[in-house]
Amino acid sequence: MEKITLDKGAPEGLSRVDGRMKVTGRAKYSAEYKVAGVTYGVLAGSTITSGSIKTIDTKKAENAPGVLAVITYLNAPKIPGYQTETPAAKGALKIFYDDKIFFNGQPVALVIADTFERALFAASLVKVTYNATTFQTNLKSNLSTGVSPHNGPDYLRGSGDAYKNAPVKVEQEYLIPTEVHNPMELHAIIASWDADDKVSVYDKTQGIKSTQRSIAQAFKLPQENVHVMSPFVGGAFGAALRTWPHEIAAVLAAKVVKKPVKLVLSRADMFTSVGYRPHTWQKIGLGATADGKLTGITHEASGQTSVYEDFTEGVVNISQLMYACPNVNTKYRLVSLNVNTPTPMRGPGEATGAFALESAMDELSYALNIDPIELRMRNYAETDPQTGKPYSSKFLNDAYKIGADAIGWSKRNAKPGTVKENGWLAGYGMAAGMFGAYRGSATVVARLLADGTLHIETAVTDIGPGTGTAMTTIASEVMGISSDKVNFKLGDSTMPPSPTQGGSSVTATVGSAVSDACTQLKEKLKELNGNSESASAGYAQILQQHNLPQLEVTVTSKGGPELGKYAMYSWSVHFMKVLVHPVTGVVKIQQGLSVADAGHIVSPKTARSQMIGGSIMGAGMALMEEAVIDHRYGRLMNNNFADYHVPVQADIPQIEALFVNKPDPYLNPMGAKGMGEIATIGVAAALANAVYNATGKRVRDLPITPDKLV
Amino acid sequence: MKSKMPGTLPECEMEAPENSRRNFLKQSALITAVALTPAVATKAADMHVDEKIAEAFEKLPIKFEVNGVQQSLSVEPRATLLDILREQLDLTGTKKGCDYGQCGACTVHVDGHRVNSCLTLGVMVNGKKVTTIEGLAKGEELHPMQEAFLKHDGFQCGYCTPGQIMSAVACIREGHANSETEIREFMSGNICRCGAYPNIVNAIQEVKEGGHAV
Ligand code: FES
Ligand code: FES
Repeated sequence: MEKITLDKGAPEGLSRVDGRMKVTGRAKYSAEYKVAGVTYGVLAGSTITSGSIKTIDTKKAENAPGVLAVITYLNAPKIPGYQTETPAAKGALKIFYDDKIFFNGQPVALVIADTFERALFAASLVKVTYNATTFQTNLKSNLSTGVSPHNGPDYLRGSGDAYKNAPVKVEQEYLIPTEVHNPMELHAIIASWDADDKVSVYDKTQGIKSTQRSIAQAFKLPQENVHVMSPFVGGAFGAALRTWPHEIAAVLAAKVVKKPVKLVLSRADMFTSVGYRPHTWQKIGLGATADGKLTGITHEASGQTSVYEDFTEGVVNISQLMYACPNVNTKYRLVSLNVNTPTPMRGPGEATGAFALESAMDELSYALNIDPIELRMRNYAETDPQTGKPYSSKFLNDAYKIGADAIGWSKRNAKPGTVKENGWLAGYGMAAGMFGAYRGSATVVARLLADGTLHIETAVTDIGPGTGTAMTTIASEVMGISSDKVNFKLGDSTMPPSPTQGGSSVTATVGSAVSDACTQLKEKLKELNGNSESASAGYAQILQQHNLPQLEVTVTSKGGPELGKYAMYSWSVHFMKVLVHPVTGVVKIQQGLSVADAGHIVSPKTARSQMIGGSIMGAGMALMEEAVIDHRYGRLMNNNFADYHVPVQADIPQIEALFVNKPDPYLNPMGAKGMGEIATIGVAAALANAVYNATGKRVRDLPITPDKLV
Repeated sequence: MKSKMPGTLPECEMEAPENSRRNFLKQSALITAVALTPAVATKAADMHVDEKIAEAFEKLPIKFEVNGVQQSLSVEPRATLLDILREQLDLTGTKKGCDYGQCGACTVHVDGHRVNSCLTLGVMVNGKKVTTIEGLAKGEELHPMQEAFLKHDGFQCGYCTPGQIMSAVACIREGHANSETEIREFMSGNICRCGAYPNIVNAIQEVKEGGHAV
């Protein structure tokens, strides 16, 4: 039944430059630095869902062995950045600020002790009584309270609700539950004050510079007095895009106890402290002519946010951008609930929107009796439907072909529920994804030493995609030197500024700066060499001849205004073959294949892994992930890995990733486009579509668990 | 709910047993048995002498071998092997992903068998041999499984990786690596959120088929 691949040839491309550190356990993540005199913080959370704190009794906790301090809103020193003259109506959670409780699990105390065990025990001794008030945690029953997050009108192109008058139409509602990033590394920070106005943190973050700014702002310090170090990040997927209250709390606690404080969130904390993909309701209307030309798309979405802070994402954008359709209207609403604030999770918004749009496109293909790929080709956008601009590059049509051939799409039976393999129902599904290709600004310093080695630094992070490996590849290609002569360093705020790792933009942004810096170095070498091109082997020689210990350039690179002429996107298509057990409803992925148009692939080995990993995250979204709240108490019921299921080995077959690998001529010197998001965007729909093809059952509320199929 | 031991809530009314024992120790050891004058007793309390005495009663000596090195420690009975490795021995290659035996990030070998070190109390490894990821390579020469993970890119962020590798080695030793399906089944206790699963299977198969000694 399973395809056994005996060829275990390694995927092509440079192996991870930090791989040896990772396989030997020498790579140090934020909680793992040895800091003299370190103390341990453990948070205690609210057990009510809305209201206020009546009393906090910390005496027992304070008297417990090894406890140095118990911080609550009653005794916490004022955080300067929290004190605003005109308090905003909504905003980030201010930890230990006042007695208000907005959600279940909101931190109410932080216990600091000399060992982790003692802090953990003492945290259980903090006694809190509350004035509980009524609360709302149920999205579905609060949909009518949704408000528009912006003041402008809803999006309209052509005429609204045009689908209603189309000869063939689909109108359906789709629901995704709350999905939690759950990187394997728990969020962790070690904070130490080096002086009254100077603090150092080892911190799990996707943004070195943004964390430096946030901490500086909170404690009103000069930015350079905050030293942020994050050389290894154990996954994040968006959960470390911003500075969270627990990070501020750790910095505060270190000030209180006058010792370094290590604060590692528990897995349960990870569900309530660092965001999630929000529970979202959607409705799609698609109208088409009998030959499959879209005449109208309507997309409405309502996503949950917290009562204290708005979180918005581009759920409906994909319907404005994906297909050439004259009439499109979208509407996006936020529903405030007594939950913690969501945050972007891999393919933010688009992954949610693509589940609805690409499921609906599949439904339309059956209604029209047109092959799903053919239907997409009949509505293929040759220019950006929103602005009319030309694309900087778009090879999605190639991706469809490559994927269809590789998965054996022709074997798909268009009549659902008809194919059986060894007693299991078999079906194929596909769906497409897209995400903006961005290029921001980054600065790198590149230093060529007289021994011929090249050292490059910038304050970016690598949460897993292999940034260091990609940058090393770029530098070695531009300079024409072997990759083992390149040493790329990241993860420290004393390095030149780089953007936050997120939104699939690091390779394009930082890669451009690396490329530009290497080009400048080559120019300088050429000048030194009497304006004649030197072979890379001669770099060291040139430096030695001129008695130079090193040659250094600092380069800031960003896209020029010409980029505004183009619509810039990465594209993906995901194919899935599933088997569904007719009696138990168990869904097994038998084959998975993703094809990306992500421009030139800079680092093929790590890029392939990133695409596969994104597909697996999409499989989790489609088939199992769901954070469940007991609405009677407003409390999460499955805030652990036993009850919140993520994909494990047994769930995942040999998923493959392929690339169109054609350079984008405009975005950056490498011709690369981003890939982190499109790896996940569309996957959930591909699986739902495959399940429909296998069973004839259309599941519109994720996850597709067996109970929905029997 | 925030970090806390399972089943206990901050407003829980139950007197923690350890606390009562501690109070007893304080009273008997310091006030009653030693019969200090009030002034001295206050001073002793200030200096947390009671704590120190209580601590001595509450810690247990253990001896075990980690990566070939003999370790003698005094540990609290509630301290897990995982926390002892990471916080006391600075062996941070072993990772904490959940602390509840649900993710496999903390996998180490105890007397050659894979265990979740977060579910293993330090006192349980008294007299045993523990191998962590730091002890797998022979100096600079990597273990074949480490090489295979590098070759097949069996990781991204690297956080689950030490646990995956320790599990993978055990998976072959146990004779549970005879097919892709079997590997997937017996590697399902190790979560990889980055989704390196197919590459991990390829790495394990290569080591198994290469007939390397693991
Ligand atoms: S930390 Fe031990 S299994 Fe997760
Ligand atoms: S490599 Fe990141 S969790 Fe496995």
